[in-house]
Amino acid sequence: MATLYRAASSDSLIVAPIDVLTAIYHRASGQTHLMASPAPEILEALADAPLDAGALLAKLRVDYDLVDADPEALIARLDELVETGLVERR
Amino acid sequence: MGLALDGRLLARALADPASVATLDSAGWQALLTMARAELLSATLAHRLDGIAKPAAAQRFLDDAKASCAQGRLVALWEVEMARRALGDLGVPVVLLKGSAFIAAGLAAGQGRFVGDLDILVPRAELDRVEAALLGAGWEWVKPDPYDDAYYRRWMHELPPLIHRVRDRMIDVHHTILPPTARPTPDADALIADSIALPNGLHMLNSDDMICHAAAHLFADGDLSGGMRNLWDIHRLVDDFGIAGLAERARRHGLAPAVRRALRLSHALYDTQLRDGWARSGSDDDLYLRRLTARDGWGRQTRPVTRLGFYVRSHWLRMPPLMLARHLWTKWRKQAG
Amino acid sequence: MRHVFSVAIGPVGFRLGSDWRGPVAALERLYASYPGPQDGIADFTVRLFADRPWRRIFRPKVMIGGDFVLPEAAPLSLEHGLLAAEMAMNLQMALGQRRYLLLHASAVERNGKALVMTGLSGAGKSTLAALLMTRGWRLMGDEFALLDPATGLIHAFPRLISLKNEAIGVMQGAAPDGMFGPLLADTPKGAIRHLVPDERSVAAMLEPARPALILFPTFGHDAATREVAPSEVFVRLTQASTNYVALAERGFTALTRLVAETPARAIDYPDTESAIAQVEALWASL
Repeated sequence: MATLYRAASSDSLIVAPIDVLTAIYHRASGQTHLMASPAPEILEALADAPLDAGALLAKLRVDYDLVDADPEALIARLDELVETGLVERR
Repeated sequence: MGLALDGRLLARALADPASVATLDSAGWQALLTMARAELLSATLAHRLDGIAKPAAAQRFLDDAKASCAQGRLVALWEVEMARRALGDLGVPVVLLKGSAFIAAGLAAGQGRFVGDLDILVPRAELDRVEAALLGAGWEWVKPDPYDDAYYRRWMHELPPLIHRVRDRMIDVHHTILPPTARPTPDADALIADSIALPNGLHMLNSDDMICHAAAHLFADGDLSGGMRNLWDIHRLVDDFGIAGLAERARRHGLAPAVRRALRLSHALYDTQLRDGWARSGSDDDLYLRRLTARDGWGRQTRPVTRLGFYVRSHWLRMPPLMLARHLWTKWRKQAG
Repeated sequence: MRHVFSVAIGPVGFRLGSDWRGPVAALERLYASYPGPQDGIADFTVRLFADRPWRRIFRPKVMIGGDFVLPEAAPLSLEHGLLAAEMAMNLQMALGQRRYLLLHASAVERNGKALVMTGLSGAGKSTLAALLMTRGWRLMGDEFALLDPATGLIHAFPRLISLKNEAIGVMQGAAPDGMFGPLLADTPKGAIRHLVPDERSVAAMLEPARPALILFPTFGHDAATREVAPSEVFVRLTQASTNYVALAERGFTALTRLVAETPARAIDYPDTESAIAQVEALWASL
């Protein structure tokens, strides 16, 4: 079975778009993350339910009009988010 | 103020919050400074909720609470990250000390500042636990091979690990006292009788938590931080009672340590004990003097007693020959 | 302790104990116009002490202690006792302040609005603030600005202004009637002399101000002004704060609000006169 990715619940995050970067405060860890697209979009796409990488990519294409979405790059972003604890592998 | 200006001022305020009504500004200053030095300022803040106090004292205590709340959040996050790293191993992971108190929502966790994350795992599983932590971003603090060998051979824990991004330490124990210490707690029983928390991690059962706190107080240090340690014990006894404690302490070889800890907790915080427990021991006064050796400037006082306790605590941990060997290796390294 | 001194600097109370009379006498003189801590209860305690009893008299060395300490803090000579006291009080703020977001910045106020200046050491934020004080601005602080998460206002922390090396001569010229501390030569930071904030700055120290401009000054280049992207401001201010992480959600909320509501500029300046002119021009254009 493909790995599922689960994001921190949206009520545990404070999202403050600053300019091209978005500041995100994670209540559970007390950490602040400064993120560029598509990391905030990934968190939002995963907010409702855990998804595997393929389904996430499809959702990002539809919701955010991501035309040149690259599966490998997406995995790399997800790995970064897992390291921060904002996303958990299931 | 009617009391000698030492840690007993703090003990009295914790045990009997209404007693602060008699404090003047100098008394408040001494109390707050001591509480901060003993890492009990947030505990005091919670105890004094709803008690009239000067505005400046209220502000001081509000800040202590906020600081503790942030520390609690970070400590719980370390617990969560350890759970993510170790959850799939099928190994029981027992949270110890402050992390357990706050994860389980115990009264002992109220206002408790939590430092490193301490966990207990079965000795046979140490290698797998170590590998899983290293794979999840923890790294060795001490790359020194002698220290490393020393820890692995003589201590009750792995050499400390620190997370490379979050900069927080984890201590992985396989028992609660060094193997060189004379009492040998039953580590298998500690794990077998631990209690599962909703997140799948475990905590010691209440008797074992008290045994551990007592062991930590006398065998694992020089009594510094002892007021807080005894406060932990006081709250645990308050919450859980001591019905099965005597038998459990005997099983771990910790009956004398637990008895003394309860007597001292009774003397300092008026912990309610059953008949027979509260009878005072021969050198309890000496321990009390050491525990409360703190002045209104936050300084440790009574250095002579302190030295005695330091030598004593080293003695307890390591048989003499081993201590000599340890020091010798250290000296030689410094000379080279 | 033998000698005791208490003072309130802005909203923060300090108690200092010393094994020697000297540092306390200097503090009493320089902080004479300041009130004591509210209710006689200080937020922070600091101690200046001899590590051995004979060190009180024989080649005295001042050790720094207190509620919050750095293990590696080296002792200072007794002649530099005033500096030790100031460093010890700063250290309590840097490590222990939990009510306000602490920004390593100088701040001045005019018409109820605050100008906050931050940057690397040597950027001249302290000297600029002191000079602006002599030209109609109220000095809120030369080292720390306190951002209140509850209100978004800047609170003043007008401790003694710490002048280093060339800045000493500059300020003796600019504030000939100012009250100065003793010249401390050959400290670990070079020559240091303290200047007491003017009467008005001390009298108004409990009045907060709405932040109106954040400035990142850099000394040593031709005069230039540029805008700073909000995300860069955010990052630089987190780096300029010793307690951002410790304030948790309050810190995040306070800082994102500050960045969203407050314009920010970086200025390069060749000399202090140009800097003052640049500041006044920017302020007028707000």
